[in-house]
Amino acid sequence: MADKSQVCSVWVGSETGILKGVSLSKKQAFNFCEMSCLSRDQEVCVLGWGDEHETEVLVGSVNGTVKTFSTEKGIFTETRQCGESTQGRFTGIAVTDSALITCVETGLLRVWKEGSTDTVEINAGTNVCRMRQNPSQRNQVATGGKENGLKVWDLERPETPIFTSKNVRNDWLDMRVPEWVRDMSFIPDSDKIVTCTGHHQVRVYDPASPQRRPVLEAHFGEYPLTALSLPANQDSVVVGNTHGELAILDLRKGLVRGCLKGLAGGVRGLQCHPSLPLVATCGLDRFLRVHSLEDRSLQHKVYLKSRLNCVLLSSKDLELSSSAVTGDVEEVKEEGGEVDEVWDTMEMINDQAKKRATDEEEAIVTGVEKTMKKRKVVK
Amino acid sequence: HLQDPPEHVDAPAEFSFPPTFSVSEIKNKQRRHLMFMKLKQEKRKQKVAIKKKKKKERDALGDKAPPKEVPKTIENQRVYDETTVNPEDEEVAFDEGTDEFSAYFNRLTNPKVLITTSDRPRGRTVRFCNQLATVIPDAHVYYRRGLALKKVIPQCIARGFTYLMVINEDRKVPNGMVLCHLPDGPTAHFKVSSVRLRKEMKRRGKDPTEHSPEVILNNFTTRLGHSMGRLFAALFPHDPQFVGRQVATFHNQRDFIFFRFHRYIFKNEKRVGIQELGPRFTLKLRSLQKGTFDSKFGEYEWVLKRHENDVCRRRFNL
Repeated sequence: MADKSQVCSVWVGSETGILKGVSLSKKQAFNFCEMSCLSRDQEVCVLGWGDEHETEVLVGSVNGTVKTFSTEKGIFTETRQCGESTQGRFTGIAVTDSALITCVETGLLRVWKEGSTDTVEINAGTNVCRMRQNPSQRNQVATGGKENGLKVWDLERPETPIFTSKNVRNDWLDMRVPEWVRDMSFIPDSDKIVTCTGHHQVRVYDPASPQRRPVLEAHFGEYPLTALSLPANQDSVVVGNTHGELAILDLRKGLVRGCLKGLAGGVRGLQCHPSLPLVATCGLDRFLRVHSLEDRSLQHKVYLKSRLNCVLLSSKDLELSSSAVTGDVEEVKEEGGEVDEVWDTMEMINDQAKKRATDEEEAIVTGVEKTMKKRKVVK
Repeated sequence: HLQDPPEHVDAPAEFSFPPTFSVSEIKNKQRRHLMFMKLKQEKRKQKVAIKKKKKKERDALGDKAPPKEVPKTIENQRVYDETTVNPEDEEVAFDEGTDEFSAYFNRLTNPKVLITTSDRPRGRTVRFCNQLATVIPDAHVYYRRGLALKKVIPQCIARGFTYLMVINEDRKVPNGMVLCHLPDGPTAHFKVSSVRLRKEMKRRGKDPTEHSPEVILNNFTTRLGHSMGRLFAALFPHDPQFVGRQVATFHNQRDFIFFRFHRYIFKNEKRVGIQELGPRFTLKLRSLQKGTFDSKFGEYEWVLKRHENDVCRRRFNL
C-alpha cells in the first residue's frame, strides 16, 4: 500500500467515497479505501493538501468527516468530525499553521484549531459554492456562491470581509444581472481574484483598486462554468463547464485562446500543474484526463469507474522516472557522434567542396543530407 | 553527369508507358457510358472467375480446406472500449447498487409513467403516444397545454410518478424524446427516428393486452450502456406476466437503440413464432444529464459531440 501511494502523482475523489491515486508514469490507478464499508454518504466533496510538503491528503466527505490520508504510509491516519451532513456539503478545505479551515454550503466557515474544540466561525452568507485559500497569504480565504458575491475574509478579523464584490451594473434592459460564483482563484504576485460563474462569465476582481465591480469580464460558451484553474506562468485561465468544454482564456483582453477537447461529461475538478504546462481534469464521465497546455493535446486518459468529484495534483514532476532521463542523455550523445563523422569526411575534400560543405553544415544533420554531401564530393 | 545513387530512387521502378487513360476523360457522354459499362462487365467477369477458382481449390482440398474467413463488419472491428463493464467489478456493482435506479431494482417502487408531448401535437405524435401507453403498463398520456417541464416535474413527483416521457414533435412527426427518471434521477435526451405506427406494420397481430411484457436489453456493454439499460428496464414492472407472451426489445447496435414489441408463441421446444405488434422506433442518445430536467443549468454526464465521434468509425459509446 505504501509503495503504491508514494508513486501516485494525481489524487482523485469519487462519488462512491473512494480516494483514487493515479501514477501517470506507471499508468496505473489505485483505490485507497476499504471495500466493505463503502457508502454514498462518504462521497468525497473536497480534497486538499494537509501540509506544504504534500505528504498528507485531506478528504472531506458528505457526512461531515475530514479524513487525513498519508501518502507515505498509504493509509488513512486520522478522521475528524467537522459538522454534520445537515449543514450541507463541504465546499472548501484549507490548512494554515496547524488549523483546519472548512466551509460548507450553508455558509458556515469554521477554523478548527488543533487540540481545542472551539472554533472560530464566520458566516459567509447562504448558498456558498466554493471557498479557496490564498496560497501566498495563508490567512486569507475567498468565498462565493449563488446570489452570494465574492467575499475575501481575513481569518484574524472574522467579523467583516476585507473585500466584498459588487454586482455589475444593470444590463441593457435595466434588469439586475443574476450572479452565481462557482469557483475562484487568487492570481499569484498580485491581489487580484478571478472567478467563474454559473452564467458563463469569467470575472477578475482587484481589491487594491477602488472599484468593487469586476475589472475584467469575459464570456465563454452557454453553459455554467464549474471549475477554474490558473496555469503556472502566463496570465491565462483554464475553465470547464457542465457540457465538458474546457477552454483557455486570456486574462489581458478576455478572449478565448483555445479549447481542450475530449471530455464528454461535466467538469467537476480542474487543476493546473504548479510548474509544468499540464492540466488535469476529472468529471462526470468517469475519466481523468491530463492535457498539455502548449499544444492542447491529450497526454493521458485514465478510466476510473465512478463519477469523479475533485482532483489534486502534486507538484512533483508527473512523469519522473530514471529511464526517461538516461534516454535523453543517450540521444544527445548520438547526435554528437553524427556531427563528428561529418567533420571527418569533410577533411578529406579539396577546398571548393569544403566551402560548399561548410555552408550546408549549418542545416540540420540528417542521413539524407549526408548522402547529398557525398554526391557533391563524388563530382 | 550526376548519377542517382541506388538508395536515392524515389520513383517506382516500373511505370506504364504510355500512361493509360481513364474512362472519365472521354467527353462524349454516350461513348463514356458505353466504355464504363464495358469496364464494369470486365470487372464482374474477373470477380466471378476468381470466385470460381477459389471454390475449385476449396473443393479440391476437401476436408483439408482452411475455414471460411469471417467477413469484417463494423461491429467486428469495434475498437475495445475501456469503459466496458466487467461483471465481477465490485466498484461498478456498488455504484449501480446505490445509484438513482436502486429504488426500482430493490423493489421499493413500481414504475408509473407520464407520457406527454411538446406543445400542440399533430395526429401522428398523438397516435404514437397512445400506442406507447398500451405498450408500457401503467402509463398515462396527458396533453401538454404549453406547461413548463420544470413546473410539471414537482407535481409528478407529488403524484407518485417515476418517469416523465416527453415526445418532441417537429413538422408533424415525432423526432425527439426526453426521458426523465423522477425522484432525482437522470434525464436522457434521445433523437427518435423511423417511427412506424401500428397500422403501418405488416403481418401484425391483434392489439397488445394489459399483461406486463418481458424486457430484452441487447448489447449494452459499456458503463454508459449499462446506465441506459437500467433506464429502460425501470420503465416496466419487475415481474413480467408470461401468460401474456409479450416482449419488448431494446437492441443496441452502433449506438442506435431499436425498440420492437412482439408477441411470441412456442410451436414446439425449438421453434418460436413471433408477431410484431405495437409501434417500432429507433433512438439515439444525445445527452444524459444528472438530475431532473434542467437543460440550461444541469450537469451533463455524457453529451454527444458529433465531430469527436467522426474521428473513428469503429468507436461507439453505448
